[in-house]
Amino acid sequence: MTAAVPVTLTINGETLTRLAEPRETLADFLRRDLGLTGTHAGCEMGVCGACLVMLDGVPVHACLTFAVQAGGGAVETVEGLSESAVIADLQRAFHERNALQCGFCTPGMLVTAHGLLVRKATPSREEIRDALSGNYCRCTGYEAIVDAIEAVARRRAAGETAAAFLEEPA
Amino acid sequence: MNAPLGTLDRPNSYIGRSVSRPNAKRLLAGRGRYVTDLVLPRMLHAAFLRSPYAHARIVSIDAAEARAMPGVRLIATGGDLAKLCKPWSGTLDHFKGMKSAPQLPLPLEEVLWAGQAVVAVVADTRAQAEDAAEAIAVEFEELPPVVDVDAAREPDADRAAVAVSDNLCFGCRLDTGGIDDIFAGAAHIVEEEFHFGRHTAVTLEPRAILADWDASEGKLTVHHATQTPYQFQDLYSRHYGIPEASVRVVAPDIGGSFGMKLHVYHEDMAVVGLSMLCGRPVKFVADRIESFVSDIHARDHRVRARMALDAEGTILAMDVDDVTAIGAFSTYPRTSAVEGNQVIRLMGAPYRFDSYRAELSVVFQNKVQTSQYRAVGHPIACAVTERLVDMAAARAGFDPISLREKNLIPDGAYPFTSPTGYQFEALSHQKSLARLKVLMGYDALRAEQAALRGRGIHRGVGLASFVEISNPSPAFYGIGGARISAQDGAVLAVTPSGEIRCQISVTEQGQGTETIIGQIVADQFGIGREKVRVITGDTENTPHGGATWACRGAGIGGETALQAARKLRGNVLSLAATILQARPGDLDMRDGVVVDTRGAERVSLAEIARIAYFRSDTLPKDASAQLTVAHHHAPQGYPFAFTNGVQGCHVELDAETGFVKILKHWVVEDCGRIINPLLVDEQVRGGVVQGLGAAFFEECRYDENGQLTNGSLADYLVPMACEMPDIVIAHIETPTADTALGAKGCGEAGTAAASAAALNAVNDAMAPFGASIAQIPMTPTRLLKALGTI
Ligand code: FES
Ligand code: FES
Repeated sequence: MTAAVPVTLTINGETLTRLAEPRETLADFLRRDLGLTGTHAGCEMGVCGACLVMLDGVPVHACLTFAVQAGGGAVETVEGLSESAVIADLQRAFHERNALQCGFCTPGMLVTAHGLLVRKATPSREEIRDALSGNYCRCTGYEAIVDAIEAVARRRAAGETAAAFLEEPA
Repeated sequence: MNAPLGTLDRPNSYIGRSVSRPNAKRLLAGRGRYVTDLVLPRMLHAAFLRSPYAHARIVSIDAAEARAMPGVRLIATGGDLAKLCKPWSGTLDHFKGMKSAPQLPLPLEEVLWAGQAVVAVVADTRAQAEDAAEAIAVEFEELPPVVDVDAAREPDADRAAVAVSDNLCFGCRLDTGGIDDIFAGAAHIVEEEFHFGRHTAVTLEPRAILADWDASEGKLTVHHATQTPYQFQDLYSRHYGIPEASVRVVAPDIGGSFGMKLHVYHEDMAVVGLSMLCGRPVKFVADRIESFVSDIHARDHRVRARMALDAEGTILAMDVDDVTAIGAFSTYPRTSAVEGNQVIRLMGAPYRFDSYRAELSVVFQNKVQTSQYRAVGHPIACAVTERLVDMAAARAGFDPISLREKNLIPDGAYPFTSPTGYQFEALSHQKSLARLKVLMGYDALRAEQAALRGRGIHRGVGLASFVEISNPSPAFYGIGGARISAQDGAVLAVTPSGEIRCQISVTEQGQGTETIIGQIVADQFGIGREKVRVITGDTENTPHGGATWACRGAGIGGETALQAARKLRGNVLSLAATILQARPGDLDMRDGVVVDTRGAERVSLAEIARIAYFRSDTLPKDASAQLTVAHHHAPQGYPFAFTNGVQGCHVELDAETGFVKILKHWVVEDCGRIINPLLVDEQVRGGVVQGLGAAFFEECRYDENGQLTNGSLADYLVPMACEMPDIVIAHIETPTADTALGAKGCGEAGTAAASAAALNAVNDAMAPFGASIAQIPMTPTRLLKALGTI
């Protein structure tokens, strides 16, 4: 047992300080201490991608990162990315294309897709499939996810801007 | 009298339309409510100490040190829980002679597989519970593990569990007679021994349960990541002696299930007892390694099979021997014998022949139990049949397509009874095959294959026709004594504002159940689907029913919703007729408004609801304002609604490395009436990917001591986006006449035949080398061995 230590970090734009045990992962910290349950845990060993969050602008595995390691950093979870609408067009495309079933992999998929499109504006289908190679989905056949990401890349390239997703009627 | 508006004439006709899922928006925003996410006041966490041995006797348990550790509230052994919970055993009456050792939440004396939970720890946090579990000292006396399936069947074999007399859980035989003579006189005989690896569901959300016993009310609430809440309500009630109405099972968002989350698991049963012992909510979420050693595994068959044909290439007979190893006991309450039973009954299902013999042996061994997982038995029966058909085509000098055209049951030959006893109402094998041939550009693929072979590129084309079981009747479990409902129920109400609330027993695990039910109800009322709220997954807020398994959501649940909606619509129209002083038969609904024969709008649904709820004083005394209806529906007519289809797989084999690239995959599928093509296609694609996983990657490997050697997601390969091809899907619609809706299932179609098509494709690619393989997964090592390279 090791005593909890204070960690200060910015989560979805809000800077806060909490006590965390040194062994506590960022995934547990987000889910348990902050109630940000959108970040999921599927393997807790960096393989499945369900726990991906943005840390200082880069997708990282929250299950492989200790909360104390994220100290001083800026974390964006699926909740924050949704509220700031930066992934609104991705969410809409996933919805239209039914690129999710149970939805457990989905936050991680969105983070990967977001990270990919920041890195490369118009990836090919092969590049999209390759970028998703750290994200397991057990429900879909992946194709709809690839379609959705490809569609967003094309829409962004055509200058379409993302409107809010959540307020639109289902 | 005016005929009711036809479905297509309505402004909001939703049946057959691709609409997206309203509930998916919540999941996309990270606002899912999985059991994993739930927190209750004063909630505690459970962890389990697990057996390191495949088979052992528990000599002693010393938990004194663990009890004193920080945060620890309770340490419970098998004996503690046995005082509360009645034992169970996984047998069904209609499987004659079936046996299985009795089970308790935690074992009293004997552990049966490596990874079995032995001692439970409840603590304030999961980490504390795990810390304490490590400090418990259990002394085990190792017993000889039963691992090899042939050794397990020797007369003097060690037993996988002391409580059973031998290692044969169940055996049965089917025989139409005269098989030996038919084989003796056949022009062509093909035969093969097939090996199917164990694999497991790997739902992305592991198993999760949160039990909350409230002694003050005598009430148990269990938030449970399951697809069958009613089944668990019954089980918790009976095994813990709590009145059924005082047990509530809530199954909110479920992170994947595929049949895996409908079996009874020891930890889940234990958690209910732990909550009763602590008087506080107790949660258990399996971590991935626990999932690998305690979730059910599936398949694990060795099949010897042969097929006889006459000189013209007509299939005459099949002779099959299936040995399946299921672990140390049969699962409860559905048993581990269902898969083997389905394997021997689905053999040869797409083909017209009369003579059949099969022997099934279901065998115990010291591994985690196997049981029902997506497409139960289908992939085994399909792979064996379809591989034999391809071998027969080669032997008799036919193209694989033409031998199938010759032998598939003709589309005009229904109803048709298979030699294994299945009754097919109406299938479309011939039409499906013709469609697939065009869809995949079969002839061009063959030409390309021939040309590329000359350049040393080895591509293969594989086909697989299949039959899928859906809409199961009580013949499935009910007649065997299991309290598993074949019926579903819906309660439908018009709200005071004129919207519709539908509480229904079929459940949602991401297939889109709520969406299709909403579509069906909206369709019947001609209202926008955003006006229909569908509620599922809570035994206290929905009527009892079978829920979603074996592809019954659309076929049975959908019909339930349809009939309930018609009943409610009838009530609304008769009340409208009273209000309007018209005849109900002269009225119809359009866009949420009651219209007359000329289509003139007379009164809105909202106005009818307002009068019924708030101004019943203005209605005549005998007016019946029944704006809530209940309806239950169970399958009648055929015991199952069989569906069919055919798949094609195109692969490229690297003969030097043994790696296979899947180039493309095609599916033609007939699930009867399609309610939402968008959802059906993704169900089929997801199913195909699980089948391709079985074909190439997924296998639970054990060593000779019964230890699982690849129990993590880094070692157990699940198909990923970069390895999977685009999957082309087309449909034929042959609705069942047993229901008004006409829908059958589609969720298992993809898995049923994908590995068979892949097996045929790889064998086709290997043909120039004179090599063949009859084992899945087809790993590079196995392929190189088959090719004689290593
Ligand atoms: S939970 Fe982090 S990658 Fe699986
Ligand atoms: S939608 Fe279920 S795991 Fe991807």
